[in-house]
Amino acid sequence: MQKADLIVIGAGPAGMAAASEAAGAGLRTVLLDEQPRPGGQIYRDVDRAAGLRGSILGADYLHGAALTARLRSPGIEHVPGAVVWMIEQGFQVSYTREGRAARVAADRVILATGALERPMPVPGWTLPGVMTAGAAQILLKQSGVLPRQAVLAGSGPLLYLIAAQMVRAGTPPLALVETQTRADMIRAGRHLGGALRGWRYLAKGLKLMAEIRRAGVPRYTGATAIAVEGEDRAEAVAFESGGRGHRIACGTVLLHHGVVPNQQAARSMQVPHLWSQAQQCFAPVADAWGRTGREGVFTAGDGAGIGGARAAEYSGRIAALKAAEELGRLTVQERDRLAAPLLRQKARETAVRPFLDAAYPPYAEALAPDDATIICRCEEVTAGDIRSFARLGCQGPNQAKAFGRAGMGPCQGRYCGLTVTGLLASANGRSKDETGYYRIRPPIKPVTLGELAGAQDTPAED
Amino acid sequence: MKTDSPFLELEAAPRVRVWFDGQPLELPDGANLAAALLAAGVRTFRHTPVSGAPRAPFCMMGACYDCLVETGGRVQQACMLEVKDGMRIARPHEAEAAHAEG
Repeated sequence: MQKADLIVIGAGPAGMAAASEAAGAGLRTVLLDEQPRPGGQIYRDVDRAAGLRGSILGADYLHGAALTARLRSPGIEHVPGAVVWMIEQGFQVSYTREGRAARVAADRVILATGALERPMPVPGWTLPGVMTAGAAQILLKQSGVLPRQAVLAGSGPLLYLIAAQMVRAGTPPLALVETQTRADMIRAGRHLGGALRGWRYLAKGLKLMAEIRRAGVPRYTGATAIAVEGEDRAEAVAFESGGRGHRIACGTVLLHHGVVPNQQAARSMQVPHLWSQAQQCFAPVADAWGRTGREGVFTAGDGAGIGGARAAEYSGRIAALKAAEELGRLTVQERDRLAAPLLRQKARETAVRPFLDAAYPPYAEALAPDDATIICRCEEVTAGDIRSFARLGCQGPNQAKAFGRAGMGPCQGRYCGLTVTGLLASANGRSKDETGYYRIRPPIKPVTLGELAGAQDTPAED
Repeated sequence: MKTDSPFLELEAAPRVRVWFDGQPLELPDGANLAAALLAAGVRTFRHTPVSGAPRAPFCMMGACYDCLVETGGRVQQACMLEVKDGMRIARPHEAEAAHAEG
């Protein structure tokens, strides 16, 4: 089996920065990533897209090319198209690539698995034509494909970014249906001091909103009762705003109300997680270096708690420095000297978060959907089903699997886990931490017997 | 197949022929398969095994499994595949879906 000093999982900003910092400190680093080209979701396919459509995607996106360029270090083995499905203590990481299983071992692991869209279960959200706003971003970045007749619904800065990019590409959205209220913005005001340290984000947000306004895209705020209508595909979005009902015919609905850590890999290694009230999600418990409760396992980037792409980059480098020190490549003094400016920069990048979290809270009705709304997309379990399980004594998400298969489909709970936790916590009058989350077991991505049979497992090289 | 695509493609690229559900389609060579099928006007990628409800790509990042298709003898995520000349793609679980409806 191939042996390295460090395995980094995920080639987004955190993973790419971690790999280049680690290689710089002399660690033999293997960077495993599912996608054919590096960048993660935020810088998806940046090396190709920069030249083709950089003017639509903007300067912040193009920054990703500086990170991909640093992967050409001889100390980094970047393995694209590697779908990781098991991480064993020790550490041995099993993955599938080009239809074959393979394994690699290392003394340290940095999980840089990023974020997922917060599930936004509203009536009709399983219809073809309904996608996450992040999906629209990926379509634009990787493929140069944009929806022609789209309505954007939910809350958060990503909606403004994709709307502005659609305006630049010549296909402005039909409308922005936003769920946050004026009261949310007033409540967020007490975090404005911190936000001003991150003024760059506020300035960018205002600039995006001006672009959207100039293009004449209608904006509705404080929207409630959002539902996607259609027989076998999305045909319209219905909602209430400003005291009356609205209905906008459209071909595509893009949903977004924030992103949450992708917990699958960390949970599969029994890394302890706690509920974050501010970010309304679970996040792994970790120290300032990104060290988790599992010896030798680090977490960096949005997977460690949502901080955005630049903060992810700093946290990746910080974790790599600590790993290098633990493996004897840096002294404690060298580690601290190199980490000090990174810790300061990371703090500056995350200063805006409390303001954003308060100004753009999750859409309340999607956290506690109507009984008839499907919440587990794979097994088509409704919110009412989960509430009825609670009445029968179901205490937590793992029991919910036995009661009605919630979370047992191919997505393994990625798009229902937080909703199931929230519904059970509320029905049983218990906290999110007491209610817990699905127990995630390997394989965290499907693997076939054929892939295992074709495994290239060479004898240990050293 | 369908030309009423709800999607706009910014760039033209050399195309190759693939088959989706028995119909020939000309898709950009090497493109992301899910994106290329959407741009070609494909609305329904599969039907769920539970109720037979239609589904199409939702997350585009390999997490939701709603874009599952059958190709090369396996059920795979279209958003994690690239278009190749001569590819044959089918909707998976059609028999199961028909059973669920019946």
